[in-house]
Amino acid sequence: MCLGIPGQIVEILDPAEHRATADVDGVRREVNVGLVMGDAGGIKVGDWVLIHVGFAMTKIDEEEAASTLDFIKQLGSVYDDEIRDFSAEAPL
Amino acid sequence: MKFVDEYRDPAAARDILRHITQLAEGNHYKFMEVCGGHTHTIYKHGIENVLPETVELVHGPGCPVCVIPMGRVDDAIAVAETPGVIFTSFGDMMRVPGGNGNLLEAKARGADVRMVYSPLDALRIAVANPDKQVVFFAVGFETTAPSTAVTVMKAMQKGVTNFSLFCNHVTIVPPLKAILDSPDLRLNGFLGPGHVSTVIGNRPYRFVPEKYGLPLVTAGFEPLDILQAILMLLRQIDEGRCEVENQYTRAVPEHGNLKALEILNEVFELRPHFEWRGLGFISQSALKLREKYAPWDAELRFSVPGVRVADPKACQCGEVLKGVIKPWECKVFGTACTPETPIGTCMVSSEGACAAYYNYGRFTKHQTVPVELTRSKTPEPV
Repeated sequence: MCLGIPGQIVEILDPAEHRATADVDGVRREVNVGLVMGDAGGIKVGDWVLIHVGFAMTKIDEEEAASTLDFIKQLGSVYDDEIRDFSAEAPL
Repeated sequence: MKFVDEYRDPAAARDILRHITQLAEGNHYKFMEVCGGHTHTIYKHGIENVLPETVELVHGPGCPVCVIPMGRVDDAIAVAETPGVIFTSFGDMMRVPGGNGNLLEAKARGADVRMVYSPLDALRIAVANPDKQVVFFAVGFETTAPSTAVTVMKAMQKGVTNFSLFCNHVTIVPPLKAILDSPDLRLNGFLGPGHVSTVIGNRPYRFVPEKYGLPLVTAGFEPLDILQAILMLLRQIDEGRCEVENQYTRAVPEHGNLKALEILNEVFELRPHFEWRGLGFISQSALKLREKYAPWDAELRFSVPGVRVADPKACQCGEVLKGVIKPWECKVFGTACTPETPIGTCMVSSEGACAAYYNYGRFTKHQTVPVELTRSKTPEPV
């Protein structure tokens, strides 16, 4: 939650609503990219971001994404919980 | 793993350690790592064991679940047990004990408590259940508060009136001030938090050198990041400098995420005061919805007891969060208090210091894990 998990933007679903699909270690989910769209270069397919609770908060490069993902994987339960939550559908 | 090796290079680590040892010789330095993620790196890689005895690391309050006081959990349960309410929460918060059990127990008693990954999921639940009141248990530092703010703005834009927020967002700077003002601990500097700083940038930490005369270095999460940040702190002290420096430029922009800060300011204002577990009441340390967004404030919509509940006597989370004691010095650590049956919040959240110690088998000061700067499996708790 407080630690962001790195993901890659694989599809822009709706720019007006800031909706995009991110891939986190092979798991895909919709994320909100409204808070990084104003960054230099905007946000586009292929970009890497740090995701907190379904929101892309920071653009990072591929190297930093790999390093951060490796760090979070080493935390064991932190990674398992994050991926479980990331892949969960909203309990409507 | 084509990238990470450069952050785990044992030769580079030895080189930095040699410089740290030289600069720290003849003194004793105590640095606080603010962020729970740093605590994990330090124990996972045995950094405490390779540092010279002249450099001590203490853990700070940077775990958003850990700092929520028991009374607020009881308030959350009271709202969750109100007829017609769907109460939504991050998974971590559902296991945090209040004076009257936790949210999972409330769910077992019949309350409609649902785990969500994102505040936007809570909003979707509200749209899908127009005959129910959907409340989101908002917790976290500036890493998650902007997401909640965006969600509330969307609720307003789309006219979703059956959604509201039980807001417990806190800010990272006031507890640092509280720790610096406390007589319990003499610090020589801070390792600034990583991901919070991607949002707020480095400017908010300037009071640390300017008012308290201490250095702060924002650090990344790799073992070499931590060692390099410690060296940067020692170099500042050695050269008579005292400033905010950024070791983690790979992810932390100097000014943070301006859009996120703008939205935070649009939706939230500071509460006059807020209770922190272990730290007591800290003025202007937490966020509440501005008047404009009052219709989405669960504390105005529901009857919230608001009763202060003292922490269990045996639990020393407060001292752990202030860095006054190490987790193994708590009387119930690893015995009555484990991740399966936590008494205190620091054991509940996987980002908490006690959970980090427990998961790496650190039950005493002298018990060590092998120092390794290459990837390996987490040792099983003994």
